[in-house]
Amino acid sequence: MEVAIQCRNLRKTYDQKVEAVRGVDLTIYAGECFGLLGPNGAGKTTTIEILEGLLTPTSGEVEVLGRNWQTHERELREQLGISLQETRLSERLSVRETVELFASFYRYPNSVESVLEELSLGEKADAWVGKLSGGQKQRLAVATALVANPKVLFLDEPTTGLDPQSRRQLWDIIRQFQERKGTVLLTTHYMDEAERLCDRLAIIDHGQIIAEGTPAELIARLTGHHVVEFAISGMTDGSDDQVWKRLPGVQGVRTDDGLLCLQVNEPHETIPALLAEVCKQGARLEHLTTRQASLEDVFVQLTGRHLREE
Amino acid sequence: MADTAQQARRTNGRWAGYWHLLLARMKELQREPEVIFWVFGFPLLLALGLGIAFRDKPADIASVVIVEGPNSQKLVALLRQSPEHGAIRADVLGERTTLDQFRLGKYALVVSMDDQGVHYRYDPARPESVLARSQVDDALQSAAGRKNPINTVATAASEPGARYIDFLIPGLIGMNLMNSGMWGIGFATVDMRQRKLLKRLIATPMRRSDFLLALMSSRLVLMVIEVALLLGFGALVFHLRVEGSLLAILLIGTLGAVSFGAIGLLTACRAQKIESVSGLINLVMMPMWIFSGVFFSYERFPEMVQPAIRALPLTALNDALRAIILQGAPLSSQFARIGVLALWGVLCFVLALRWFRWS
Ligand SMILES: Nc1ncnc2c1ncn2[C@@H]1O[C@H](COP(=O)(O)OP(=O)(O)OP(=O)(O)O)[C@@H](O)[C@H]1O
Ligand SMILES: [Mg+2]
Repeated sequence: MEVAIQCRNLRKTYDQKVEAVRGVDLTIYAGECFGLLGPNGAGKTTTIEILEGLLTPTSGEVEVLGRNWQTHERELREQLGISLQETRLSERLSVRETVELFASFYRYPNSVESVLEELSLGEKADAWVGKLSGGQKQRLAVATALVANPKVLFLDEPTTGLDPQSRRQLWDIIRQFQERKGTVLLTTHYMDEAERLCDRLAIIDHGQIIAEGTPAELIARLTGHHVVEFAISGMTDGSDDQVWKRLPGVQGVRTDDGLLCLQVNEPHETIPALLAEVCKQGARLEHLTTRQASLEDVFVQLTGRHLREE
Repeated sequence: MADTAQQARRTNGRWAGYWHLLLARMKELQREPEVIFWVFGFPLLLALGLGIAFRDKPADIASVVIVEGPNSQKLVALLRQSPEHGAIRADVLGERTTLDQFRLGKYALVVSMDDQGVHYRYDPARPESVLARSQVDDALQSAAGRKNPINTVATAASEPGARYIDFLIPGLIGMNLMNSGMWGIGFATVDMRQRKLLKRLIATPMRRSDFLLALMSSRLVLMVIEVALLLGFGALVFHLRVEGSLLAILLIGTLGAVSFGAIGLLTACRAQKIESVSGLINLVMMPMWIFSGVFFSYERFPEMVQPAIRALPLTALNDALRAIILQGAPLSSQFARIGVLALWGVLCFVLALRWFRWS
């Protein structure tokens, strides 16, 4: 498989004290959608901006499309579409004028009209940017990246702050870009987004990659496929995890927000045993649900924290 | 779908980015009512206001007040007899009000008379007060029979070319070029940096030199409008006579706009917040407002600081504009001033480029 983006042992220290990125290795293949998933301050933006050639790493090597930033900057810029985490575009230009402006920087840009159409901005083409809603502004930011007719698309938190419908719309746009053989690197702190949109992802925390793989792989490797959550009262034995760990098919136990969570592969084996145990202890079951395991569980398993601390 | 996209695909030439940047900048400016006011409206209002203020109040009429008393009518009669009675307006008021009005500045001089003679009460710090004293004194003395040993003839210099408004208009043009250069480049750059737009722009293949060039070009377009507006306004409303060539004026204007653009760029080269650059811009402009002879001649300042004042870019610009507009001086005679302006421009531009931060 052809490699689109590669970096080795990437480090970035701000002002000689803040270690934002601490040794990141990534290999992203052409045509895939790769996600960097992590909580606030994890180092996602720093990493992606180094890969975009906008920040110089303190140490480490970066290669994009087989070239590096020191020697081939112009050539690379022609082939990348970039959307930063927060850019406030000029409010007094219209949507079309803004996309036209960005198109004019590239030698072979996409047609402005077709990009506006694709991002459902056709109706708003003549509206001033200042008058757009948050979601429309996010789509415009992606439009300025797509009009480059890029081989690689970098999107830093493209869906943060969007309602579920706008998010899905943006996912569709990203998938269409991928269908045209495009490579996508995006950052997010929504695990459902990472799970559904990304072919592969890296979970990043405190500037380091703590897990990498396809969403299904990560879930299968690190937790059971299912999570059984329950609450009980009147337990004689205290809340000793060992009791639950001994149940058949249980791979891990944790408490989360007052609920006990069992990571299991076969709920139909575990649940009857769980009920029997509750009975034997003379306790009463207050609550019981089972659900599919998610990347959130992976993250909690790895760090003991939630991805988004409310 | 893919086919139509293929057909619609275009190829951009070398200058497409530059033109679009310039176009976008001009559109933005045009859509910003505040900018239109500060760049075009404000200087015109200033010229109008100051022009009228100094035209409708000929400086040589002295307002004086005579203290009511046994001799007040005699004083009035004496003043009326004098050959200069047209230049003096005298009111008679009670002693109390007299002093109040004098203190408030309505009258320049208080005159009273008793057995010892005529008393003047004047304020040596107010030029018109000093002037009124000598005018009234002259008038009284000659009315009382003094003969002047030499005959003199005075002509009022109120024809176009020698009035305050003639001095003012070139100064306003200079000040305007400074203001809009500093704000138009300095403020705009930091605003774009704060909005992360600069960073977004350099994430494209846009040439950084094109960006700076477009910014400067937009200033030049505005410069032509600013100069034409103020000159045209002066000519139409105040019958200002433009003695020098328009080409020379535009060339000096271009140099001024570019130099102040460079100074603006240097002020803005690192600032992250518009608040900090606003302070910086005002700090840089303040001394020039005061010292560079916009509203009054800098000859009033002590001899010692004159060389420093002449080294200021706005002084060079104002002096060159005045020489060309009012005296019809050729461009070649402005060599030194052009040198001063150009030196500031080049120096600031080089430093700005060296220290400039895009993010
Ligand atoms: N310019 C900077 N100077 C100093 N420290 C910085 C700078 N930019 C980021 N940091 C620090 O580096 C760390 C990583 O920041 P980064 O922006 O990469 O995180 P992130 O994963 O993108 O977070 P978020 O989800 O909030 O966008 C943070 O602790 C941040 O405070
Ligand atoms: Mg970020």
